[in-house]
Amino acid sequence: MKSYKADVLVIGAGAAGLAAAIEVKKAGLKVLIIERDKELGGITLQCIHNGFGLKEFEEELTGPEYAQRFINQVLDLKIPYILDTMVIEITRDKKIYAVNNKEGLIEVSAKAIILAMGCREKTRGAINIPGFRPAGIYTAGQAQRFVNIEGYLPGNTYVILGSGDIGMIMARRLTWEGCTVKAVVEIQPYVSGLLRNQVQCLEDYDIPLITSYTVTKIHGRDRIQGVSIAKVSKDYDRIIGSERFIECDTLLLSVGLIPENELTLQAGATLSNNGGPLVDNNLETTIEGIFACGNVLQVHDLVDMVTSEAKRAGKNVVDYIQNRYDKPIKKEEKIKCVAGENINYLKPNNVNKSDIDSKIIFNFRVTYPDRRVIIQFRDENNKVIFKRKKVYVIPSEMVELEVNLKEIGVETTIKEIRIEIIPRPEVLIEED
Amino acid sequence: MIYDVLIIGGGVTGCCIARTLSKYDIKIALLEKEADIASGTTKANSGVVHAGYASQREYLKRDMCIKGNKMYTQAAEELKFPFQRIGSFVVALEDNQIKDLEEERNNGIQDGILGLELILDKTKIKHMEPNLTDDVVGVLHASSAGIVSPYEMTFALAENAAMNGVNFFRNHKVNRIRHQDYIFELKTQQGVFKARNVINAAGLFASKISKMVGLDYFDIMPRKGEYILFDRNAMHLNKILFPTATKVSKGILVCPTAHGNTFVGPNAQNISDKKDTTTTEAGLKEILEGARKLVPNLPNRASIRNFAGLRAIPNTYDFIIDNTDVYGFINVAGILSPGLTSCYAIAERVTEYLELLGVNMKPNEKYNPNRPKPERFKNFSKEELDQKIRKDPTWGRIICRCETIPEKEILDAIHAPVGAINVDGVKFRCRPGMGRCQGGFCRPRVMEILSRELNIPYQDITKKSEDSYFLVSKTKDELLKKSESGEAE
Amino acid sequence: MKGISEISTVKVIRCIVCPTGCEIKAIKDPNNTITFEGYTCKRGLEYAEQEFYEPKRILTTTIRVENGFIPLIPVRTDKPILKDKLNETLMIIAQTVVDAPIKMGDILIKNVLNSGANIIASRDLGKV
Repeated sequence: MKSYKADVLVIGAGAAGLAAAIEVKKAGLKVLIIERDKELGGITLQCIHNGFGLKEFEEELTGPEYAQRFINQVLDLKIPYILDTMVIEITRDKKIYAVNNKEGLIEVSAKAIILAMGCREKTRGAINIPGFRPAGIYTAGQAQRFVNIEGYLPGNTYVILGSGDIGMIMARRLTWEGCTVKAVVEIQPYVSGLLRNQVQCLEDYDIPLITSYTVTKIHGRDRIQGVSIAKVSKDYDRIIGSERFIECDTLLLSVGLIPENELTLQAGATLSNNGGPLVDNNLETTIEGIFACGNVLQVHDLVDMVTSEAKRAGKNVVDYIQNRYDKPIKKEEKIKCVAGENINYLKPNNVNKSDIDSKIIFNFRVTYPDRRVIIQFRDENNKVIFKRKKVYVIPSEMVELEVNLKEIGVETTIKEIRIEIIPRPEVLIEED
Repeated sequence: MIYDVLIIGGGVTGCCIARTLSKYDIKIALLEKEADIASGTTKANSGVVHAGYASQREYLKRDMCIKGNKMYTQAAEELKFPFQRIGSFVVALEDNQIKDLEEERNNGIQDGILGLELILDKTKIKHMEPNLTDDVVGVLHASSAGIVSPYEMTFALAENAAMNGVNFFRNHKVNRIRHQDYIFELKTQQGVFKARNVINAAGLFASKISKMVGLDYFDIMPRKGEYILFDRNAMHLNKILFPTATKVSKGILVCPTAHGNTFVGPNAQNISDKKDTTTTEAGLKEILEGARKLVPNLPNRASIRNFAGLRAIPNTYDFIIDNTDVYGFINVAGILSPGLTSCYAIAERVTEYLELLGVNMKPNEKYNPNRPKPERFKNFSKEELDQKIRKDPTWGRIICRCETIPEKEILDAIHAPVGAINVDGVKFRCRPGMGRCQGGFCRPRVMEILSRELNIPYQDITKKSEDSYFLVSKTKDELLKKSESGEAE
Repeated sequence: MKGISEISTVKVIRCIVCPTGCEIKAIKDPNNTITFEGYTCKRGLEYAEQEFYEPKRILTTTIRVENGFIPLIPVRTDKPILKDKLNETLMIIAQTVVDAPIKMGDILIKNVLNSGANIIASRDLGKV
């Protein structure tokens, strides 16, 4: 058995894993990256469109360019990595077992682990579309991989279900490759991706966006021959009689992403309701020394947000190794963070009381869209401890708040923070 | 070449007959119309090995089921397919259903079914199956009931039959049968096959085949059953759960698969199209509602696939296993539930018929009942794994992340006798793409391996049938085509 | 309706500068002068003017590669090109084949269609 030793093992070499590894390495620690694909870079390599990096690099890059910049840093810093390697087990004492076809079974001992496995796409089964089960149904990301990396077109005429960004970007991508996109069908009454993509990927090419509709049936036994779509009510019930047929040879699904946490579970860490691990404000999971960042923790809107979260995880891991590792565990008192009204999920799930006087980043998504709202924190006695106005909230946009709890008057006696979004009372003067 | 026996149909019945007959020194071939065996009813059913108390006592299917159930233990040992006798509950939710269960138990015991027990102690019931509804008032526990992977068993049967000399021909649809001078001539698009005896195990199309030799005495109707499959991590069931049965069907089950997933289904819809395996919105709703009566906390969000299967329902509602008036033509038709359980008993009966027909059933001296156990990555210890990968690096290349399937298992599935020739064939033999991502990550890699091993261009790899292509052209080809035809703007 | 002097909206442009998504109208007055209405910031006006007079886009696509680690290299224009020229540019790119190895930023097609923009590689790509 081949064995490796490192201070920090990073699992996954996508945007999150690379940024976290670089951060750890820069602090002088020994880091190792394990990646299951045959090259570094992760999913951004297949996202060949531009629009990445405005925050991180203050310029607009394509996905591969974004990845390349981090890959170059990894190479410059001589961070070791193993490719084509699958982690198959994380034990509770942080031994990691992985396999590849060159070295066989690999055992890694690490003081800390950063989970950066990313997410995967929801499939047809997850949304239970009735009908036949023919070839020609792909998730948008699968089609993207075929077209941009493998070099094949999965079909000629497409219907895309879901108006997420990947779906809309694929609509344009396929149009640019000479294919026809008949429609983008969205179950919600509004587009779920960015306005920019709606304009530049759909409207530019007259691709119809059909909102409040969903695919109700798949036609074609061997290869898909079309789909039935139907209008849905506010409660997403199909409206009888609204069904119509669209002929197509391919259906792409862009119906959401789920953090990929099989390993996390196996390591014994607890997951929260969004499918990502339960973490504290240091992005440490419920297993000491195992941290998580990027889409494995929560699905982000922008890769820049992944990068900044990963850097934070990297810094926290360094702090863990320098100040906490191998020392007697001091029982850390925690403030529980709870999702209140119109909060779908939030991160972190708890805050260490000892960190109360530092900047804490809260991320959350709402359950339903709303305008002119107040983001409010309450303690366990329902006392409001923090308020911030916001013009609008929508489920597709993650909200990020940076708060120093001590500065807003939170005492260490607090047990719970409940975050909620409430409508703003009407005021006479327009604000914001 | 004249075969002693030609079997029409590569479902579980046909393959089980093929394997059973391979014990004898006779020339056997099996013709399957689809691109792969186990493509019809075999692929989409509940995978339950029934104890046998459920059918009415005058039916042949009851005898066959009780007998067949007992034959599974040896078969699973020899053929190494996933099979576990986990036991089933028939669940009574109302007091007046208890007497039905009592009757089933009493009749069952009389007919030789072992391990039947009526349990009325709710604490005990809930202890045995904590997921069961609190509304339960009693259950009929049948400890001999089990779960099997029907298609994996069928692949194992075919593999073992092929090892023992049976020839398999896939993509061979029988279009016509001529019967002259005690020889049958079966016309397929790929040529004519001759045999002295023909076994019709054509499932949904058995009446059509039977009519080809002038035997028009039964009808087969398709009855659709829809299913929803859940992620393995979402729920763990100990028992097969049936509601108390109605006349039409055994009702909607909540049941584990042999691989530890939970599924719900099937409903029962009589339809007319023998190829209509569509799932429907109403059907999926129906099975979820039905299943919730037994298990209220179904993991709805963790569903990973829905599918439908068609049962072959004969107008007699019983198995049609006949040595017919056409000498040498045996019908094995209308194998509805509990057909999967009965297959070994059915095959035994067919053997008897062939003896009656005067076939020289001399033992096949080279017959080996044992199929090599498929090696599975998941079953290896760390030390074994390390050694395996050193010997054969394809053990170290993981193709399917959800199910942890290495390249080696896929290679084995392709190169086994009657091996996989398309993506679904690989998926149903060794499970890449069966998990929660449903092939999202691994499909291009599986296609690559199939292409390389079978020497088929990547673009021509299919899902199941010939027309189920995945890709239409190379990136840029569409643009180049347009520029040639002057469509460029 | 040519020749009739009246005020008319000739184009509605949805601003994508920020998520607010203002609808900006390009309005023609009787003297054929175009003015814009509906923008709420300077960047919005600039965007509308650009979209009205000379809409441009960054093109991102792939070029076929010989001897590469993967069969395609992702590429983009190094500056926005006229929207009207996208299709023609895509055709030229489709007809192009390049050789590995390639470095990010390498110019693979120079001054494509005399647009002043180059087609550049989006990543490093090694040989097989």
